[in-house]
This record gives sequence, structure tokens and C-alpha cells, in this order.
Amino acid sequence: MEQWQAALQNHQLAARLIDHLQRLDLPPVRLMEVCGTHTMAIARYALRDLMPAAITLTSGPGCPVCVTATRDIDTFIAASRIPNTIITTFGDLIRVPGSDSSLQQEIAAGRDVRVVYSPLDALDLARKNPDREVIFLGVGFETTTPTVAAAVLTAKAEKIDNFSIISSHKVMMPALAALLSDPQIRIDGLICPGHVSVVIGASAYTGLVEHYRTPCVVTGFEPLDILQGITLLAHQIANHTPKIEVAYQRAVSHQGNAKARAVIDEVFAPASAAWRGIGEIADSGLAVRDAFKNYDAVQRFKIDTPPTREPKGCRCGEVLKGIMQPPGCKLFGSGCTPGHPVGPCMVSSEGACAAFFKYDPTLNTRTES
Amino acid sequence: MSDRITIDHGSGGRASLELLQTVFLAGFDNEILNKTEDSALLNINRERLAFTTDSYVVEPIFFPGGNIGDLAVNGTINDLAMRGAVPLYLSVGMILEEGLPIADLKTIVAAMRLAADNAGVKIVAGDTKVVPTGKADKIFINTSGIGVVAEGVEIGGSKGMPGDKVIMSGTIADHGITILCQREGLAIRGDFASDTAPLHQMVAAMLADQPGKIHVLRDPTRGGVATTLKELATSSKVGIVIRETALPIRADVRGACELLGIDPLYLANEGKLLAFVAPEAAEQAVALLRRLPHGENATIIGELTATHPGEVLLETVVGSRRRIDMLHGQPLPRIC
Repeated sequence: MEQWQAALQNHQLAARLIDHLQRLDLPPVRLMEVCGTHTMAIARYALRDLMPAAITLTSGPGCPVCVTATRDIDTFIAASRIPNTIITTFGDLIRVPGSDSSLQQEIAAGRDVRVVYSPLDALDLARKNPDREVIFLGVGFETTTPTVAAAVLTAKAEKIDNFSIISSHKVMMPALAALLSDPQIRIDGLICPGHVSVVIGASAYTGLVEHYRTPCVVTGFEPLDILQGITLLAHQIANHTPKIEVAYQRAVSHQGNAKARAVIDEVFAPASAAWRGIGEIADSGLAVRDAFKNYDAVQRFKIDTPPTREPKGCRCGEVLKGIMQPPGCKLFGSGCTPGHPVGPCMVSSEGACAAFFKYDPTLNTRTES
Repeated sequence: MSDRITIDHGSGGRASLELLQTVFLAGFDNEILNKTEDSALLNINRERLAFTTDSYVVEPIFFPGGNIGDLAVNGTINDLAMRGAVPLYLSVGMILEEGLPIADLKTIVAAMRLAADNAGVKIVAGDTKVVPTGKADKIFINTSGIGVVAEGVEIGGSKGMPGDKVIMSGTIADHGITILCQREGLAIRGDFASDTAPLHQMVAAMLADQPGKIHVLRDPTRGGVATTLKELATSSKVGIVIRETALPIRADVRGACELLGIDPLYLANEGKLLAFVAPEAAEQAVALLRRLPHGENATIIGELTATHPGEVLLETVVGSRRRIDMLHGQPLPRIC
């Protein structure tokens, strides 16, 4: 193990931070993370198990696969049925149920759907299969979108005409604003996403803090990163001093990565997007700009998405808004398991339900505060 | 269950178990098969024979550390060894795709011969079928094996006792991560290689050194250490606690796993065993393993408890505890 990483997994330091949190004597608070990797890290290191009773950790809409609307999944499935296509996708999407099928069921029925680890691998497949159409399913936040934009730019520069994408990309800030303005949702502090913030920069949260007076801390993914982030939030809450702080300075700067944002902006334009469970949020999505419309599979193949049917009894929407912890859903662990998922939060390894199911020692969670 | 076979059914995790129970055990139903051990124990003329079979479809067929041939020989030897058997004879069935270079086949056969010779087993029966291009992927190999179990040796998945120590014979996830990284499009390279190796010598040495103290043996192949421990917690009706800081994992394997977002506890091993050993015998068993080939990193990773039967808990690096479950069909490639 790298030395810095071992330092960030130090048992004694963790115990001291926990002890410190216990002594703060906080009122009941709800802290929300909005990043799938945080969801996983909190579950993997069982940090809920260490929290003082006053602190509830809840997951927000931070898992890109989970926030993808059923209608978008149906579009992906419709694309897989276009003759002579190879669908390329990140692995987690394969198992998400759409209205009537999933990409995994389409594979079993003979469609060519392949898992890639980068959109550039999809581009490579297009080069190697000039007589096939290669479609990349674009989901994700500011972290993954630059590589998809780069793939489109490369395709255009190299005239790789059998490559296209379906853009279901989303941007984080409008969704956070929507959550914080929802009177149903109580969030006392935001554990801000580490990866997304590398791109958008800490300054992106200034408006949010000013408008909603919500404490914000950007943090990394090692257990001590997260515990430090929680400690900073606890101090802001205790002292009534909401601000944006960075507990992940080895990666996140104030201004972020302007180059990555420029690449996104060159290929994509802001558009309204549907978030599962939350609904339509203005300017929270990214549509392919007209200059690149040949690389937009929906326009190019005139993909017709059939009417959407939402899964019955699925409470992913409430889980994504942090209103309900996964075990609160009646389907959780019985009708809906990672082997037979009903909603996307149980599919993605970064989904709150999958993380709870896989890692929670008791399959219960503490009572909502 | 879905109405067609999906790739998850071959993952060695929960979906495989469902298929086993709802189709195969329901269909073949008998008291020997229903034990679902790595190999069946047969009483023939007062001799106890261990009998097992396994098919190998790994892609790619050549990989750092071995190829599909030695994997197929070692895998079946190990399934016999995990019942405490001395492996004796193997059969080999080959399904070849039209177009496979004979030179590749010769390389594979040579590796099988070498693996068999090293283990002191003979390949005594075989069969070959050829299918048209595209109807198989280069080569699929089935091996079956028989071995004898000495009197007094009672190793089985139900024999774990509260208090037993959990011994891992070496570093985990080496085979799984090697195959993953060999796949098209994954340009991650480390010095890691498949750990394919026979385990029967380790088993024989442990049984001879401390007879009666070795309760359970299992090689954590598909589904990895996590899935195997979960199965054993269920079959032995015990709880298991393992410590994250005690898990032997190579630094480069750990790095590759983090990059891919994969938990090494769920990756396959092809030359490692888990042993549940009486507590007073555990230190000596580890010392013995460390003196043997492939056992230099053997270590105690946890223990069996009377509390929470059927559950496996991991004590994390920061001192919290979380539950370990079986593999739930991740999109993993063909690994064995």
C-alpha cells in the first residue's frame, strides 16, 4: 500500500476523530453525500457504524447510473436493437431494468453490448469495426463527461463516422440547488463530491452556500478524508458558520480544471434533464451541440423510445433525495436484491441500496432523526 | 430468476447458486450431490474415493502465470485435495474451435502434462470434439479426477467449529486481476500473474502434521474469498470474522483493484486455499505452510464464532465492522 494511503486508513487517528465528534454534543444532524464513490467508501469502511448517534449519513443523487431516468434506459435498450450496432457502456448500466427489459437481457437475446472502461475504448472498437455502428452510452457527471467529449472530438478529427453517443450526462450544481430548495428534504450539511469538484472547483459551491446557508465540505475517499470532512461540517454546524471548505486539497483547487470544462463546453450545451425520482431539472443535463449532431445517436438513428413504465413499488426516487434510507423501502432485500434488482440504486455498485445491501452488518439502519 | 441463462449464472456467486439449486439439484437430486462439496466422496469396497469434474473456458487462453491447460489440471487436483484426497487420475475432454492453431494446442497439452507430472497424477482418459468457427471460443477443456481419501480424514464444508482460526495460504486476487487486466481494452499492467498451482501437497503436509485439527479446506476460486467464506459460514452454521489489515494482498494487485473499483475479496484465486483449523493448531499450520511451495505468505486472517451463524463480518482498517456477502453477478469476464 502507498504510504499516504496507509496514513489515511490509520485506526488510531480515526478513533481520535470519532472521539472528538462524540464530544461536540451536536443536535441531530443529517449530512448528505452526493457521490457514488463516497456512498461506497462510507459503506465499505462501515463509517455509519462509527458515527455518534446525533449524526445521520445519507446518500443523495450522486450515483450517475442511479439518477438515469427509466426513459433513458429504454432509449439505450432501443439503440441496442438497431441492426448492425455495437453498444458500448460502463458495466453497471447493463443490469439496470428499463420498462420491459435490460441491456443484460438484450445480450442474452443476441444483441451486441460490450462493457468498456473508457469512451476511448469505444472509439477504438469503431476504428476496428468500420462496417459496424458503435454507440457509446454517455452517463455520468463532470468527472466522466470530459473523456466522452474528447472521444467525440477525436472521432470528428479522425473522421471516424461509425461512432456516436447517447448523451444522458448530468451536471451536479442544479440538482444540489433543487434538493436544497425542496421543503421535504432536510440537509444540515453537504459532503461535496471529490471527483466532480476536481473539475468544477471549490468556488462552484460559493453561490450555494450564500443562498441556502448550507455547510459544504469537499472531501476525498479514504476513510480519514471522509471523517475529516464530517468533522469540518460538524464544526460549521455547531458554530453556525456555513462556508465551503476543502478537506481534499491534494486534488481539489479553488478554480477547478478549466481545460476539462472547456472540452465539455465545446461538445455539449446545457439542457433540461430528467433525474430519476427528482424529475425534470432545468440546465442539469448536457445535449450534443449541433456542430456535432452526426455523433448524436438519437438524432442519427432517430431512436424511438416506447412509452415508459416505472417499476412498481420502487422507492429509488426517495432514496436518491435522501428522504428514505434504503432499508425503508418495502422491496429492499426481498423483492429487490443485487441479483434481482428492481431499481437502479440496487444495481450500481455505487448505488445506495447496493452499498447498504452489500455492507450493512445488520440490514437495519438507525432511526431517522 | 430470468428465463434465460445470463453471464451471471456462471459467475460463481448468488446467481450460480440459484441455478444449482433450482435446476441441477432439483433435477439430479441425490444424497451425494446434494452435499455440494468440491468433490463427491464415494464408498467403494471400503475404499473412499473422491470424484470431481470441472470445465475451463478462460479467455484469454494464455495469460501471465499459466494457460488454460495447467489451470484445468490444477483446478481439478485442487477440488480433490479440498476433501483431503490424494489425487490419482484425471480425464480430459476438449472442445476445439475450428481454426485453433495446432501449435497452441501442443503448448496447452505440454502445460497439462507438466502440471500432471509435478502433481504425480496421470491423465488416463480423454475425448476431443471440434465445432465450427464461432461455435466455441478457441478451446474449452473439461477435466474430471479421482483420488483416495485416507482413513480418519474428515474434511468438509460443514466441519467448521466456533474458535477455529481461518488460514489463507497466500496473497488473494492474483488470478482474477491478471485475467481482468489481460482483457481487450484494459491497459493496466503490474508484475502480478495468475497463481495457478496444485494444493494437494500443502493439504497432505497439514493432514500428516496435525491429524484431526484441519476441519475445513476450500480453494476460493470464482466468487473469491468473500463468496467462499459466506458459503462456509452457512454450511458450518458458524459466524466468521476476518480482519482487513490481515488480508495478504500484493500492493500492485490492490492498486489495480482500486482503479477498477473491484473488491479483491471477490476475485478468483487458482492456487490458494482457505483452511479452518483448531485454534491450538493454527500457528503451527501457518509455519508449516510457509515452508512449502506457494505457501510463503500464509497467514491467519480471522476466526469462527458461535455468534451470528451464517454471517461473515469484516473488521475494517478503521476499526468498524461490515458484513461480507456473496458475489452478486458483477459483469466479470470468463476467469476459469
